Amino acid sequence: MNITLCGIRLQNPTILASGILGVTKESIDRLGKKGAGAVTLKSLCHEERKGNPNPTMFAYPGGFLNGVGLPGQGIESACTEFERLDDLSIPVIGSIFGYTLEQFGSVAKKMSSLKPAMIEVDISCPHMDYGQVYDADPALAAKVTKEVKRNVGKIPVSIKLSPKIYDIKAMAKAVEEAGADAITAINAYPGMVIDLETCRPLLASKIGGISGPALKPIAVKCVYEIYETVKIPIIGTGGVTSGKDAIEMIMAGATAVGIGTAVYYHGDEVFLKICEEMESWMKEHKISSLDAIRGCAHQQQKK
Amino acid sequence: METNCSCKTDVPRVMTIHRILEEGKGQCSFFFKSFLNGSNKPPQPGQFVMVWLPGVDEKPMAISYSTDNEFAFTAQSVGPFTQALTRLKRGDRLGIRGPYGKGFTIKNPACVVAGGVGIASVATLIDQLQDPLIIYGTRSKAQLIYLQRYKKQEMLITTDDGSHGKKGFTTDVLVEVLSSNKTIKMIYTCGPEIMMKKVVALCMQYMIPCEASLERYMSCGFGVCGKCMVNDKITCIDGPVFSGKVLSTLSEFGATARLKSGRKVSLAEHHKV
Ligand SMILES: Cc1cc2nc3c(=O)[nH]c(=O)nc-3n(C[C@H](O)[C@H](O)[C@H](O)COP(=O)(O)OP(=O)(O)OC[C@H]3O[C@@H](n4cnc5c(N)ncnc54)[C@H](O)[C@@H]3O)c2cc1C
Ligand SMILES: Cc1cc2nc3c(=O)[nH]c(=O)nc-3n(C[C@H](O)[C@H](O)[C@H](O)COP(=O)(O)O)c2cc1C
Ligand code: FES
Repeated sequence: MNITLCGIRLQNPTILASGILGVTKESIDRLGKKGAGAVTLKSLCHEERKGNPNPTMFAYPGGFLNGVGLPGQGIESACTEFERLDDLSIPVIGSIFGYTLEQFGSVAKKMSSLKPAMIEVDISCPHMDYGQVYDADPALAAKVTKEVKRNVGKIPVSIKLSPKIYDIKAMAKAVEEAGADAITAINAYPGMVIDLETCRPLLASKIGGISGPALKPIAVKCVYEIYETVKIPIIGTGGVTSGKDAIEMIMAGATAVGIGTAVYYHGDEVFLKICEEMESWMKEHKISSLDAIRGCAHQQQKK
Repeated sequence: METNCSCKTDVPRVMTIHRILEEGKGQCSFFFKSFLNGSNKPPQPGQFVMVWLPGVDEKPMAISYSTDNEFAFTAQSVGPFTQALTRLKRGDRLGIRGPYGKGFTIKNPACVVAGGVGIASVATLIDQLQDPLIIYGTRSKAQLIYLQRYKKQEMLITTDDGSHGKKGFTTDVLVEVLSSNKTIKMIYTCGPEIMMKKVVALCMQYMIPCEASLERYMSCGFGVCGKCMVNDKITCIDGPVFSGKVLSTLSEFGATARLKSGRKVSLAEHHKV
């Protein structure tokens, strides 16, 4: 089940998505021991942020909604706390964001000093002003990609895209041409849930990001379209909660699968669970490696 | 093998405050007339709920009363959220989700060491234990609550200023109890972390098992946000109740905590903000 992603060896294709645990060294180690192939850190920016007031998240029938508002200790403080990331049991992907191009660059530079295996650039938070700026503009996304690449040396860079866009192919193409080494697809999709008793949105931020099962068909579609467009690997993220979901992502063209909300549904055992289910599916279908099925949904279309 | 995970939900359930009991100065219990989440399983002592005050915030509160048809939490007014709570009237509504977390295991004969509003977290535990010895301390007489509730229990009270009971700390009394009484099989504690740290150390010294309920900043309550991490433990789902054995391996216990942003600070700084 091991895979290679941008030259990084992963024991299996499951990667903890950004924003779910993944906030401390010990939480990364814990998830590594529980079977995650890699862990993505919660997104960090140049400043310390409290995020939104509570309630910031809940699970409704069919999915999950969060409006956490990117809380975080900020890159400086994280640098002091983490010291380095390459001495942990599994590869760590550092996630960053900024409000301006310069900030994307400088935060990326500081993140690279921690020696993560990869840097993921979050240009797509569904409930933040900055996300609305970068997430749907291929030219701006390309600028961010170039700025980050310029600052991180040899560390591979993945750009995290939003599903909230008409032409995700154009976005993918733009960031590939700008030098991205991978694409993470996708971030959460904006949504709202209203409480009937109090006649008000349940989230303090009103609008939040939909993740979990409700997001999966959207994510599969995005990965499918991106795979048709670019050569760089895709971390297929959105609604993966079972081995079959993961296989579906890989058939759409993903090299690895991001797993976020499934931690809510199944706890940190979820990585082992998904890997076991993938293996038993592969055995049943006499498939010896994931390479044999990666992107196969496309070939069948061509027949 | 595959469970239908998308059926699992966690949405605040808006409930009407059935009655409010003023326990003491700035301390109120809010009662709701129904089971939690419509389930007929009583919550475990030590579990907590997330309380949503629409337009203000949502915070963790220990379940401090639990009977066949009622439950309550007891809030002490300290900051914006708890102050807003104290302005509520009977008939007002709050969103409740939970219960969350792992509670206390029941073992007799026991001694309960409670400090300040920490008594709320061990209240339903006291209800379930057989005649526990209670050591309860607050800063001064004004903060003492539940005295009527536990009038049939053996209670040793301390206040920092000596305005009620013995002048000093709960742990001073615990030392006396431990060195004289050999029949206690379990010690439970909840209160300021510095106090709990001392209690755990004493229990280790006297080789008596203990359990303590930890308090950390909480946002989700169900193990997703990572705000409540203490070393490799996720307080909201692995705890909030931990055994003394586990706690004595955690370097952050009694030393550091995390702010809302996730930045790690000393315990003292955590309680300042
Ligand atoms: C498992 C658990 C059970 C709790 N049970 C009770 C209880 O029964 N009664 C009670 O009065 N309080 C309880 N608390 C503490 C309570 O959630 C907060 O301290 C309280 O809501 C303060 O909010 P505030 O806005 O009034 O004050 P603020 O001025 O905002 O905060 C005062 C202090 O409370 C703490 N705090 C604030 N927000 C949170 C949060 N979201 N999670 C955890 N700590 C926080 C911080 O240490 C802060 O320094 C419990 C906390 C936890 C983690
Ligand atoms: C509580 C929560 C916090 C998140 N925070 C971030 C974040 O900080 N940065 C980011 O790029 N994505 C964040 N995401 C999005 C996830 O990384 C992921 O893209 C999305 O949830 C879809 O995957 P899932 O269905 O497996 O959860 C967050 C998601 C959730 C549920
Ligand atoms: S409060 Fe979110 S993980 Fe514990």
